[in-house]
Amino acid sequence: MRHLDEYRDPLAIRSVLSRIEKALVRPATLMEVCGGQTHAILKFGLDQVLPPKLRLIHGPGCPVCVTPLEQIDRALAIAATPGVIFCSFGDMLRVPGSHGDLLLAKARGADVRIVYSPMDAVAIARREPSRPVVFFAVGFETTAPANAMAALVAMREGVRNFSMLVSHVLVPPALEALLSADGCEIDGLLAPGHVCVITGQEEYETVSRRFGIPIVITGFEPLDLLSGVLAAIEQLETGRACVENRYARVASAGGNAAARRVVGEVFEVCDRKWRGLGEIPASGYAFAPAFAAVDAERVFGLEDLRVDEPDDCPSGLVLQGRLVPTRCPQFGARCTPDHPLGAPMVSAEGACAAYFHYGRTAAEGEEARA
Amino acid sequence: MCLAIPGRLVSVCGAEELRAGEVDFGGVRRPTNLAFVPEAQVGDYVLVHVGFAIAVIDEVVAAETLDALTALDVLRDDPDSLARFEASLPAMAEQPKLRRLH
Amino acid sequence: MKINGFEGAIGALSCPLPVFEDSIVQLAHGGGGRKSAQLIESMFVPAFASPALEALGDGALLDVAGTRLAFSTDSFVVQPVFFPGGDIGSLAVHGTVNDLAMCGAEPVALSVAFVLEEGFPTADLRRIVSSMAAAASACPVPIVTGDTKVVDRGKGDGIYVNTSGIGRVRRGIDVGPRRARPGDAVLVSGPVGDHGIAVMSARSGLEMETSLVSDSACVLPLVRAMLDAVPSTRTLRDPTRGGLATALCEIALSSGVGVTIDEAAVPVRPEVRAACELLGFDPLYVACEGRFLAIVPNEGADRAVAALRAVSGGESACRIGEVTTGPAGRVLLRTGIGSHRRLERLSGEQLPRIC
Repeated sequence: MRHLDEYRDPLAIRSVLSRIEKALVRPATLMEVCGGQTHAILKFGLDQVLPPKLRLIHGPGCPVCVTPLEQIDRALAIAATPGVIFCSFGDMLRVPGSHGDLLLAKARGADVRIVYSPMDAVAIARREPSRPVVFFAVGFETTAPANAMAALVAMREGVRNFSMLVSHVLVPPALEALLSADGCEIDGLLAPGHVCVITGQEEYETVSRRFGIPIVITGFEPLDLLSGVLAAIEQLETGRACVENRYARVASAGGNAAARRVVGEVFEVCDRKWRGLGEIPASGYAFAPAFAAVDAERVFGLEDLRVDEPDDCPSGLVLQGRLVPTRCPQFGARCTPDHPLGAPMVSAEGACAAYFHYGRTAAEGEEARA
Repeated sequence: MCLAIPGRLVSVCGAEELRAGEVDFGGVRRPTNLAFVPEAQVGDYVLVHVGFAIAVIDEVVAAETLDALTALDVLRDDPDSLARFEASLPAMAEQPKLRRLH
Repeated sequence: MKINGFEGAIGALSCPLPVFEDSIVQLAHGGGGRKSAQLIESMFVPAFASPALEALGDGALLDVAGTRLAFSTDSFVVQPVFFPGGDIGSLAVHGTVNDLAMCGAEPVALSVAFVLEEGFPTADLRRIVSSMAAAASACPVPIVTGDTKVVDRGKGDGIYVNTSGIGRVRRGIDVGPRRARPGDAVLVSGPVGDHGIAVMSARSGLEMETSLVSDSACVLPLVRAMLDAVPSTRTLRDPTRGGLATALCEIALSSGVGVTIDEAAVPVRPEVRAACELLGFDPLYVACEGRFLAIVPNEGADRAVAALRAVSGGESACRIGEVTTGPAGRVLLRTGIGSHRRLERLSGEQLPRIC
């Protein structure tokens, strides 16, 4: 596939790797913010071929992993309501709530459907006007425009049986929270390329200045990722700290204005609870007042549902990059992709599942440390 | 987060928020909403996320990026370096595990 | 999802039997991955314990009056019932014939059982039946007995088909899931994932359009050619649900060996690769219905590949890796840049993802 395969060329990858080896003098710790980047790093085994002096921390950029338990419980409550068609991206179906997940709800009789696009859920609502159709709108800034557009189109067309359970989160506030935490060891960030396609780089410039760290906007293919690593290391070694764009073929400095306009019309910024990180001020989107009619939390009267996070899963530490999944006492024992205790073991891009799938078992981790 | 894949825009219809088209991803076609890329033309490569094109790929910048990365290509120009790299591979093959954990 | 065959149990038989914890059946229990294996290991195998069951691969091997017979059964619930490159009828014939072929057997006879839903169009049924007849006579294998049940409207999915078959194991051939040895070569008979992606693109909802057709086919001609060329072939396995990766994991567990394959060597059609990128799938876990994996002694590998390539449908057959000393059950994928990643059995089902 064009614009994909070129960035997987083994020879070019090796050459950038050898350049990284040469550039890296002092040990460095980088966080790749996005779960998609974590997934790619482990899928292509880049962690095995990068120099040992470079440490990668896997960031909180997985919307599945950071969706709080109470939001999953709201989803389960809505899905279990008789007559409802509950639509979701495939990612959310295995995330455990307080009592099971959406797949289990489906096995118990709920009409849970996987959609590829939020517009598919609107289409279902048009086809089945007599049944409430609810879409589980999760995601970061990348997904917000599409979800906003689904709400906008449903409102304009008067699709009255359609609503959305919104659980949108924003990256920069979470980065600020992580970088402000005591004992933060992050020297540089690989910023999430597809988020920046929408938002542009301005907010990242603020973060970079405030914390004095290099931030490199980075794509998701091996060559993109290594190019991002190289740029971050070159900044660190030369004592610079600025925003650098290594994904400029799709992420322009100003982002996507058309997409942001729709988001601004439909959503407003709100405080959000993040699984494992707690409540972060101004870190999410909720519906603007004009869209109350498509807000599933209101439609189903679930605004007051509150659930505390379970304490047997230290996923918060994993999401903050402070605990390697393989060092978690539950990893691979009580907690597996078949029986996940926390969201990072569920999502394909969750750090725990990525370590599990790509063979970082506890035993091998021990071996590797020895 | 945010799986987004490049594909070639092969047809366009509609306008405004319903502007849509068909995008070819290496032999697989899927209808795609074009509301966020009003500038996209048939033949352009677009980046698609959850059924929406969110960017038109800048071919010039893409070529420059690749050129820059190939210009770094010390291995291609230096056969000895490539040989050393190849020689380091069997060691990895015998030790297929994380070399570094936090 | 079809209910898992017992072939899924193989790898896990050496493990301590876990308690089956799930209170109700979920789709993943038939998905061919770890949940299927758990159901089989902890529910079916203990209940039905018999030497033939515990030794079997894609079918049971039985000694009947001095003749070695292979016996296999499979149920088909594919949706939609007509898909590019096949339908539930031809699929049901190929599925059981291929399972017998994976035992090194020539099919002797098939049975067929239909579960039909009230209201199912007879025109569709006629089309399915003639497709089955054509597939069976192409093998050739006679369909010698059958059964029909009709359930109330709304209680079925139009049509379910079960086929069972018996076959005679070829003289001088001894293939089985436990026979892989370190140093053996791992071969695949053609590109992987066509069936899974073709069926998925035919489903309403995803709106994917591709010229891809299912690989659903009878693999007997290929298996015959290969066994003629290399009678010492150790293991055959068709990577249906769970795909290539799950099949390799099961072989590695059963044989107590490791396997390492080269990512670049595994044939995957560009359309399959593209659809997988789009949906966030891994082609190594997508089902095939007309491909097989073969483990052969290293010295026979080139001969086996040449024999496969000489037969129609085997043109892309190739060597993808080798059997290693282990640890038992560890399957590694060598990437183009020399790193490795571990392949596990499929967990649940692959679901289209956005992140």
